[in-house]
Amino acid sequence: MDWSQLAPLLWEGTLDTLYMTFWSSLFAYVIGLPLGILLVVTRKDGIMPAPGFNSILGVVINFLRSIPFIIMLAMLFPVTRAVMGSAIGTRPIIFPLVISAFPYVARMVESSLEEVDHGIIEAAQSMGSTNAQIIFKVLLVEAVPSLVNGAAISITTILGYTALASAAGGGGLGALAIVKGMNVRNYELMYSASIMLVIIVQVITVIGTRLTRSLDHKRR
Amino acid sequence: MSEAHIPQIQLIGLTKIYPIPGGEVHALQDINLTIEKSDIYGIIGMSGAGKSTLIRCLNRLDTPNDGKILIDGKDVLAMDKKALRATRRRMAMIFQQFNLLMQKSVARNVRYPLEIAGVPDAEADKRVVELLKIVGLENKAKAYPAQLSGGQKQRVAIARALASNPEMLLCDEATSALDPMTTQSILDLLKRINTEMGITIVLITHEMSVIRQICNKVAILDGGKLVESGTVDEVFKHTKSSAGKRLFDVLPSHTEKEDELTHPALRIVFDGESSSQPIISRLSKDLGIDVNILSANVHQLNGNTYGQMIIQRPEDPGDVKRVMDYLRQFKLNVEEVSG
Repeated sequence: MDWSQLAPLLWEGTLDTLYMTFWSSLFAYVIGLPLGILLVVTRKDGIMPAPGFNSILGVVINFLRSIPFIIMLAMLFPVTRAVMGSAIGTRPIIFPLVISAFPYVARMVESSLEEVDHGIIEAAQSMGSTNAQIIFKVLLVEAVPSLVNGAAISITTILGYTALASAAGGGGLGALAIVKGMNVRNYELMYSASIMLVIIVQVITVIGTRLTRSLDHKRR
Repeated sequence: MSEAHIPQIQLIGLTKIYPIPGGEVHALQDINLTIEKSDIYGIIGMSGAGKSTLIRCLNRLDTPNDGKILIDGKDVLAMDKKALRATRRRMAMIFQQFNLLMQKSVARNVRYPLEIAGVPDAEADKRVVELLKIVGLENKAKAYPAQLSGGQKQRVAIARALASNPEMLLCDEATSALDPMTTQSILDLLKRINTEMGITIVLITHEMSVIRQICNKVAILDGGKLVESGTVDEVFKHTKSSAGKRLFDVLPSHTEKEDELTHPALRIVFDGESSSQPIISRLSKDLGIDVNILSANVHQLNGNTYGQMIIQRPEDPGDVKRVMDYLRQFKLNVEEVSG
C-alpha cells in the first residue's frame, strides 16, 4: 500500500476518531461535571452535606466504572438502538462511550475540586455566599487549571475507548488499525493508523499541559 | 422603664464538644462573654485552649452544642440560612492563612463580596479602588495573590473583609503567620479601621504583644474555659488565673519554675504610666532597703513601660508595708505573692 492509498483512509479515520471523541467527551462532561460537583459538596464535610446520597452516588459510579468498555458496549446494545436509532456505526457508538466515560469524568472532576483549599471555601462562607455562589464563583473557578488538566486526561482516555468502536461497526483510526490493518495483515495501515493515534494523543496532552500552566495563577 | 442595653455580641453558656475516638473533647465549656460596639476584644490562650473554635462559632463556621450567640440581641444559632448570610455580611472575617482566591486578581478578590451581594459593576469597581487605597495596595490591583508577600495578602484579605461595610471584624490568628515588622503594620491597620470606621474587632491570638498593642478588652481561655476577662488594664494589673499569669509572663513561663519561687515576694505591675528603673533605685535610696529583684519582664512600648517585676519581700513586716506604700504613691499595683 502506498501513501496515495493510505492518506485518504487515514484522513477519514482521523475525522471519525475526532468526531467520536469530541461528542463523547462533551456529553460525558455534561453528565460527569455536575456529578463530580455533587460528589464533593454532599460529603460529610462538604457545603451541602448528604452522606447517604453521597455514598449511593459513589457506589453507582464505581459500579459503572468497573465494567470494561467492550462489555458495556455489548450490554447496552438494545438501549443504544432505542436511543440512537441504531446500535451499529460511528454515530451510535457515542452513546455507550458516554455511559462508560461519564463516571470516569465525575471522578476526575471530584479530584480536581477536592484540591481547592478548604480555607478558601470557609472564607467565602464567612462573606455570606450562597452554596450556588460557592460552587460557581469559588470551587469551579479555583479548580480551573486542574479541571483543564483533568479534561485532557479524560479526552485521551475516551480517545482510547474509540479505538474499540470497530467491535460495533464503528469507524475511526482504531477500527482502521484493527479491522483493515491487523486482521488482514496490512501492517502498513496498522502501524500508520496507530502512529496517527499517538500523534493525536500527544497533541491533546501538550495543549492540555500548556493551557493548564497558562491558566494557573497560583504558581508564579 | 428604660430599654435594656443590648450588647453587640453576647455569648451565653457557649459549649462545644468534639467527639474523639473513645471519648469527647470539651473545646468550649460554658463561655459567657459580652463584646460592646467599637471594642477591640482580644481572646488569648495557648494552642488547644479553644479560641479558634470560639471565634468560628461567632459566624457559625462551627456550630456549638449548647448556648447562645446573640448579635444585637438576635441568636445566630436560631437564624435560617438567609438571615445567617445577612449576619455574616455584617461580620467579616480574616484568617491566619489569608484564604484568598488564588485564581483571581487582587481586585477580583476584593470585588467578590460586592459581586455576591449584587452591587452594580460600576459601583463595585469604584469601591474596590477605595478599599485598596485604605489598605495601601492601589498599585497591586492586577496582581495575583501568589505574587504578594504575606503582609500584602493579609491587606487584601482586610480590604475584602471591609467590602461589605461590616460592623464587626473577626480575626482568626490574623498575624500569626507574619514576621514581627509585618505584624506591627497589620495591627496598626486594624487599629485604624477600629478608630476611623468604628468597626468592632474580635481577635484571637496566642501572642500577648498583640493584646497589649491594640486591644482594650481581653479574655483568657484555658482548656476550653474562660478563666478571666475584662479591660486589658484590669486583667493585666490583677491577673488571677495561672493561665493569665503564664501568658502575661508574670511567672516564668514554665510551671516547674513557679515552684522555684520559694521566697515570699512582691509583684509590681507596670501599666505604661510610669517607667521602671528610677523607681526601684529611688526606692532603695529613699527607704534604705535593699531590693532584690527575683525576676523582671518589662517591655518598652511607645515610650511607656509595661510588664511586671517580682522582688524579694523584705523580712520585716514594717518594711513590707513601707515598700508597698512607697510604690503605691507612683500608682503602681503591688501585691504579695508566694510560690
